[in-house]
Amino acid sequence: MSYDTSFHSDIYGMHTHTESFMAAGWQTTDYLFAGMVASVVLFGISGLPGLFIKKPGWGQLIATGICVIAALLGTGTAVQTVVTGSSTAGYLIDWHLPFGPCEFSADPLSALFLTPLFLASGCCAVYAVAYWPAREHPGSEKKLTFFFGLLSAAMALVVLARNGVVLLIAWEIMALSAFFLLTTDQRDPDVQRAGMVYLIATHIGTMALFILFAMLRGTTASFAFPVPHSLSPDLGVATVILVTALIGFGAKAGIMPLHIWLPSAHANAPSHVSAMMSGVMLKIGVYGIIRTVSFFSLPPAWLGWLILCLGGVSALSGIALASAQRDIKRLLACSSIENIGIVFIGLGMALIGIQTNTPLLAAFGLTGCFIHILNHALFKPLLFLGAGAIIHATGTREIDRMGGLSRRLPRTAPLFLAGSLAICGLPPLNGFIGELFLYLGAFNDAISSPLPALALVAPLLALVGGIAVITFIKLFGTIFLGSPRSPEAAHAHEPPLAMLAPMSLFALFCLIAGICGQLLLRLVTPAVASYAQLPPAIIDRMESSVPLASFTLLNLSLLLLILAIGLFYTRQTVKLPCATAATWGCGYLAPTARMQYTGTSFAEMASNLFAPFVTVSRSGPSLSGPLPAAARFCYATTESILDRVLIPVFQAIGLAFSYLRRMQHGQMHLYMLYIFATLFVLMMWRH
Amino acid sequence: MGSFADQLLVLVMLINFVMLGSSRMALCIRAVAVQGVVLGLLPGLVHPFSWHLAGITCGIILAKGIVIPYLINDAVRKAQIRREIEPFIGYVPTLILGAIFTTLAFVFAEKLPLAPEHRELLFVPASIATLMSGFLILTTRKKAISQVIGYLVLENGIFIFGLLLTEAMPVMVEAGALLDLLVGIFVMGIVINHISREFSSIDTSRLRALKEE
Repeated sequence: MSYDTSFHSDIYGMHTHTESFMAAGWQTTDYLFAGMVASVVLFGISGLPGLFIKKPGWGQLIATGICVIAALLGTGTAVQTVVTGSSTAGYLIDWHLPFGPCEFSADPLSALFLTPLFLASGCCAVYAVAYWPAREHPGSEKKLTFFFGLLSAAMALVVLARNGVVLLIAWEIMALSAFFLLTTDQRDPDVQRAGMVYLIATHIGTMALFILFAMLRGTTASFAFPVPHSLSPDLGVATVILVTALIGFGAKAGIMPLHIWLPSAHANAPSHVSAMMSGVMLKIGVYGIIRTVSFFSLPPAWLGWLILCLGGVSALSGIALASAQRDIKRLLACSSIENIGIVFIGLGMALIGIQTNTPLLAAFGLTGCFIHILNHALFKPLLFLGAGAIIHATGTREIDRMGGLSRRLPRTAPLFLAGSLAICGLPPLNGFIGELFLYLGAFNDAISSPLPALALVAPLLALVGGIAVITFIKLFGTIFLGSPRSPEAAHAHEPPLAMLAPMSLFALFCLIAGICGQLLLRLVTPAVASYAQLPPAIIDRMESSVPLASFTLLNLSLLLLILAIGLFYTRQTVKLPCATAATWGCGYLAPTARMQYTGTSFAEMASNLFAPFVTVSRSGPSLSGPLPAAARFCYATTESILDRVLIPVFQAIGLAFSYLRRMQHGQMHLYMLYIFATLFVLMMWRH
Repeated sequence: MGSFADQLLVLVMLINFVMLGSSRMALCIRAVAVQGVVLGLLPGLVHPFSWHLAGITCGIILAKGIVIPYLINDAVRKAQIRREIEPFIGYVPTLILGAIFTTLAFVFAEKLPLAPEHRELLFVPASIATLMSGFLILTTRKKAISQVIGYLVLENGIFIFGLLLTEAMPVMVEAGALLDLLVGIFVMGIVINHISREFSSIDTSRLRALKEE
């Protein structure tokens, strides 16, 4: 199964990327890799026909069709590559560009990240047909469709690239496509601001990546990725490479101090784009870090602990931020920070395990990390798509203006509930399985190994999980239960099938993954074994120490129990007469919807607990007398790092550079003079 | 032959001064046309005869001596400008600056690490001097047409340098350069057209109005 196919093109190197890519694709006989490449190409071109078709709607339908085909093809081949665990599928395009031949290949690690990517791209493309129909958005639909396909293709290329410059090119295409997708609704000032913050953040990250690949070239004398485990971590440059990787890729992953772009970007993008960004794009950042670490023979000791601490901080502060949010999508975005934090905790444990030569710890950490990546890529898109359906129905993102939607959206509600349960890690859904490995890793091995401090991961995860439960009870309860808090919520309508179908698919996968944890494990173990160079005996030991079979049994029986109770309940209610009254009426004669708990009041205790992480601004009246007058109360969560630290710093820098702006005055002749003066200085330079 | 080429190069530099010192559009255009013809003759003098070379000579003379001046003339007639009325820097100071730059070009050329066979001739100083003159015209004149002329002179300077470097002048390079020039002129023509339509004048200093606040 392992061979390289090289493709030489002797035209000056002027041919475009895609052309040579396709040409090479026809030559290779490795059908799995060819399938993935074909899928990438299909995604890349999916939006093209729409740009030339005048009639609205057709372009979107064609693009969706292509995306679905590409997603089926890509997911199938990626899963098969993961399961077979062969890592040498790949080939070379030997073009005459300064950075050398361009190499693509897929090992189990790449394929593991590609699987959710292809799946989510296909589902979100279908969702877009109903969520952003061309008829209602004639101006922005073409742009959205085109860049959506491009984003998927670019992300896949990042994962497949084996050359620093190719990776950077794909990375920039990805970052810019995401920017254009995010600013779809570009007239809205909030969207503009979110887009600007995103653009600055992503380019600061890219700058770090430029340093990273320049340094890598300095050590290996080639832009091609070094052979895995070939670099020594004791080199001085290793620290620079790893730190820049953490900054560059970490900014994209949304790790805590670099998360500033994430909440506003996810909140302001169209929902299926948020789903892609949260479900897939953040993981591409994680992939970058994992890939960079694999170049070194041994991760340095500080790296594992640093990643672990970053992960811990992200998980805790992410969920604390989420608990205080009022905007549904911002809440989900903050919970993405938390989930990425959990992924980082797993990665940190694994790196510590590899470094201290405790293979079982490495196996547990890495398995937990990878499984959580897969799980998060299932339930987070589900939740974002659900949020889209809710926004579509009510026209607002403010959860305190919703309420009582479970009656009005009877199909969306259970799907959203499934997503919420999954993200809280409650049975019978999949969220807990990844964390289970982390718990076991922390307990089993940490205590026996020379790293007892690692056991502290377990209470941290438990705390995070607990706050997640509070947060999502608040989210689900405020949106779906009670009675409607605004007329829009009262007149909400069920979304069309094209929106429900992708959500149902995600929910189904969550359920399957929750009940058959072994399936997830089978997907992940080849990547774990090849990445951490673990012998099969260790993997077997890990698998035998996790009671996944009893987990399956438990989840299955729980599911059956729930179904049985549900069935019994519905049959009972048919028989018995029932009285209807407002939910949470509290015995009042004429209760109003405003007497209900709002999401804010529900989560107030949690957000008070985390006052150092979450800054909340309240402005309210001081009550006096037995019958105080009508008054207003305002409550808003602030982005402390962005608003208090970064924006003042940037303003100061902007002030300093305003002197430079005077050089841009609009006088053509003086511009010419600048060129002239530069030329003159250069000519006189040291001659 | 070398000395004759040198004399032609001196002529090129003198023509630079004609353009720097004159306010009349028609004269400037004619001067740039003559400069183009002279430059077209130069390759024939430095390299041995071949049909390929003859073709290139004809091409250069046709483009630089006839087509482009004709196009500019046409633009001048349509826009009805005779003179560059108020340059940023007056004509006499421009001439003096031109003289200073030409001197500096000679000084600079002396210091360049050139191949010995290129040291004898005036190619390098003439090229730099012409380049500088082009820049000077670009920076000091207001009218878009004068800027096109400045651009042409600049291009001529680069052309002289190219003569020096390409031993047998591969046809691709030459054709590429000429094409570049033509495209540049077209772009300038379109720009002039739009400026004149937008501001009812082809004074490029009005472009200030486009500045972002």
